[in-house]
Amino acid sequence: MSIPYRVLIGKPGLDGHDRGAKFIARALRDEGFEVIYTGIRRTAAEIAATAIQEDVDVVGLSSLSGAHLRLFPEVIKELKDRGGADIPVLGGGVIPDEDKEQLLAAGLRAIFTPGTPAATIIQSFSDACKQQ
Amino acid sequence: MNNNSKFNDWQENELAASLNRFPERKEEFKLHGDAEVQRLAMPKVIDEQYEKSLGFPGKYPFTRGVQPTMYRGRFWTMRQYAGFSSAAESNKRYRYLLEQGTTGLSVAFDLPTQIGYDSDDAMSLGEVGKVGVAIDTLADMEALFADIPLADISTSMTINSPAIVLLAMYIVVAEKQGVPAEKLRGTIQNDVLKEYVARGTYIFPPRPSLGIITDIFQWCSSNMPLFNTISISGYHIREAGSTAAQEVAFTLANGITYVQTALDAGLEIDHFAKRLAFFFNASSNLLEEVAKFRAARRLWARIMKNRFEAQHPASMMMRFHTQTAGNTLAAQQIDNNIVRVTLQALAAVLGGTQSLHTNSRDEALSLPTEASVRTALRTQQIIAHESGVAETVDPFAGSYYMEQLTDDIELAAEELIAKIDDSGGVVSCIENGFIKSQIEQAAYDYQKDIESGERVIVGVNAFQIEGEEKPELLRVNPEVEEAQVAHLQSVRAQRDQEEVNRSLSALKQAAESGDNLMNPIMDAVRAYGSLGEICTVLRSVFGEYRD
Amino acid sequence: MPVNNSNSLLKGLAARDPRAIGKAISIVENNGQGVTEILAGLDRKCIEEVLVLGITGPPGAGKSTLTSSMISQLRSDGKRVGIIAIDPSSPISGGAILGDRVRMMEHALDTDVVVRSMATRGRLGGLCASAGATVRIMAASGCEVIIIETVGVGQSEMDIVRLADITLMVLAPGFGDDIQAMKAGLLEVADFLVVNKSDLGGAEALVMDMKQIFATKEKESDIARVLQSIASENTGIKELLDAVQRFTTYLTINNLKKQRRKKAMEGETLDWVFEMLRPTLTRKLVEQTGQEQIDPRVRAKELIQQMLPINYHR
Repeated sequence: MSIPYRVLIGKPGLDGHDRGAKFIARALRDEGFEVIYTGIRRTAAEIAATAIQEDVDVVGLSSLSGAHLRLFPEVIKELKDRGGADIPVLGGGVIPDEDKEQLLAAGLRAIFTPGTPAATIIQSFSDACKQQ
Repeated sequence: MNNNSKFNDWQENELAASLNRFPERKEEFKLHGDAEVQRLAMPKVIDEQYEKSLGFPGKYPFTRGVQPTMYRGRFWTMRQYAGFSSAAESNKRYRYLLEQGTTGLSVAFDLPTQIGYDSDDAMSLGEVGKVGVAIDTLADMEALFADIPLADISTSMTINSPAIVLLAMYIVVAEKQGVPAEKLRGTIQNDVLKEYVARGTYIFPPRPSLGIITDIFQWCSSNMPLFNTISISGYHIREAGSTAAQEVAFTLANGITYVQTALDAGLEIDHFAKRLAFFFNASSNLLEEVAKFRAARRLWARIMKNRFEAQHPASMMMRFHTQTAGNTLAAQQIDNNIVRVTLQALAAVLGGTQSLHTNSRDEALSLPTEASVRTALRTQQIIAHESGVAETVDPFAGSYYMEQLTDDIELAAEELIAKIDDSGGVVSCIENGFIKSQIEQAAYDYQKDIESGERVIVGVNAFQIEGEEKPELLRVNPEVEEAQVAHLQSVRAQRDQEEVNRSLSALKQAAESGDNLMNPIMDAVRAYGSLGEICTVLRSVFGEYRD
Repeated sequence: MPVNNSNSLLKGLAARDPRAIGKAISIVENNGQGVTEILAGLDRKCIEEVLVLGITGPPGAGKSTLTSSMISQLRSDGKRVGIIAIDPSSPISGGAILGDRVRMMEHALDTDVVVRSMATRGRLGGLCASAGATVRIMAASGCEVIIIETVGVGQSEMDIVRLADITLMVLAPGFGDDIQAMKAGLLEVADFLVVNKSDLGGAEALVMDMKQIFATKEKESDIARVLQSIASENTGIKELLDAVQRFTTYLTINNLKKQRRKKAMEGETLDWVFEMLRPTLTRKLVEQTGQEQIDPRVRAKELIQQMLPINYHR
């Protein structure tokens, strides 16, 4: 059996809607990933520190409250501060198109919006892990 | 008594009394032509079974509705949930909605407010003014309701863990408008239990949270008789992915817990039970949703009567607000959402809701624009004025399928409630993860069906189109956070700090000694103590809940 | 990009660099390049001195919450703490949700709390194959106490007793069936029994019941072995750790800690021997043809004799 990828699924900010994050966590598990779910209402620093400590291959973030422009890049910055600039970060949520461009420019590897098929999301995680 | 006499009996008593107090909207309701619309269709034979499971509207077990004439007397309250950015911005939106014919306000607070953080707290980063309005101090609440006469409207506030603080602010704003608390109408959500399993805006652990809720029940039962002190909410449980039966079961189980807590604190059931309100989701399966509302109403009536031995019919009467299901809105071909919302709203009306929020077409993409909100409101108005469903009471009653489904949902919910009782009640089932895992499993299965195409979502996994035009979206001004922080700091600079300190330490003392917190919090609010400062005091006494 | 050679990782471990600790554990867990050099290069003195606590018990008894409040207490005592939280891998997909982490997030920014969530990856017995090596890496990075939280499926989780210096079994009122099942198993070999959620009804009876089972053990060391806690309120945690501390002293004085460690090391060594032989044996077995009629036990004996010049008696 091949070595499972390790990924972290995190929800930065105060938004408590974790239905999507949990679905993705379980879907990844069903595709053979080891998934560390850090729960709701975490700061960017907590998520980054955990990602480093757990040595994950990829970090996936979810936010539905509209705070993504502040919080997603903040996670990237916190990762960098801890020597984890190489860990790819993916993001999902209610994210308008123009924000998507900004987030990609800020270093997010991919952005998923409502209606993106799970298979596409899993493939992105898989690709990002492979590059590690 | 023979059949007719039962019906006559209801007409002479409940119906006559109701017509006397609230005349119907029209002298007569007619189809196109001369045929009259029947107020209440009845079976040919009124047997014991019918009476037991359906009965008459406005009468136990309330399966057919809580008022004898339902919407022939008055439409449901069309209440659009709104709020974003600053208090002044939201105030503008409320006044627009009131001009457009909305009949009740519904305040959305931003997440820092809902979790008891000030806008300048490190935890608030990026969230200020995003999903609702930011309220730090009384000054914000004053701006929120500026030029809105609180004596004339009913206000619903979606606030839970810090509900007591926002309620105190509302009362003080009214006080300043010269409106006494006993005249205020509206609802606070105040349903903390569902936050632990579905929505996530908890602050304190369950037990002290229940204590605060009881303080509110107690204070309001003697000072604010027209105000609904809680809105026990299945909405978010359903949004988190539960089934319809789970929505009913977990919501009613929470209701049981609130009632029991209040009884344990020495309150009288018939004193506070009529101020309990409910809040449900209207999702896409029209028939199942109608059955769900009917089942919930009947089950609650039975619980209040048999389990808690309430005497007054009003204590057994489940009144509820409904919102259409946000999670069913698609980000693709967003005009389709108008159709979804129409069907969901129709389910709520056929199910006998007391008030309704219809979601806007663009909410899978951002907060709604003014134009989208207007269409959502128009949807309700069309159902009310044009569809005809508001002219007869409980039109689905007696349908074999509808009655079977109503029975099935009630039974499934009853079984789940029994399971929760057996495992030591809701708080234990929150702590051991039972409720959450049930919801998660249902959510997972549902999403799996969508992914596999087993369940078709039009425009999402079938009937897609390429190159859709992007709609105009509402953007919250990114400077809101800075402006709000600056405003808070200027309020802090201008207030009497000694008075703030004094009121906060009095609050701390009250919390430590288990006194009712309502008055000490009103004092702190009057002194312009901030929401975050008040919650910090309470956190220091009650501790914080972590998932 | 940090260089992953074993020397720089070993230096990083000694310097307590979180990234190096995480990387080193991954290499060991995945049998990656440099695994032997890393494990051979660890500071043996740190490993000898570390205290390894195992926490086991049925799901829902509050293992993670207890662990989290033990961390808080140990931190206020100034100890650097390691935590290995183990969750089951799906036998179908091989994936896992490592969910214990959620309850430890309050320590996320404390660099003296080193947490590693691990999946069983097909191993039975409540641990993962790399748990022992992970303990040693954490010890080498300065952790003074290491807590291992097992999967928690019940009485079959004997591995923890071997690996940990001291094993704590967590129960809560309302787990009647689980407790019955464990009476002839883990319950007999656990060093401490913690009745968590002791504010719930039925706690007193459970404590009484357990006191009987642990009576002999309590006598031999004169230390209370059945303790109560309400982990969600941090109640009873200090008392629990005090008892653990006294028991550690008892074990050390009587040379028992050394004996337990020796057994653990031997056991783990054997596990690795079998593990390392497995691919070769599997290959040989697959290569054999026409032996399907031979009884598997007889066939196993022949296979070993072909490989190793040993006299296999039975």
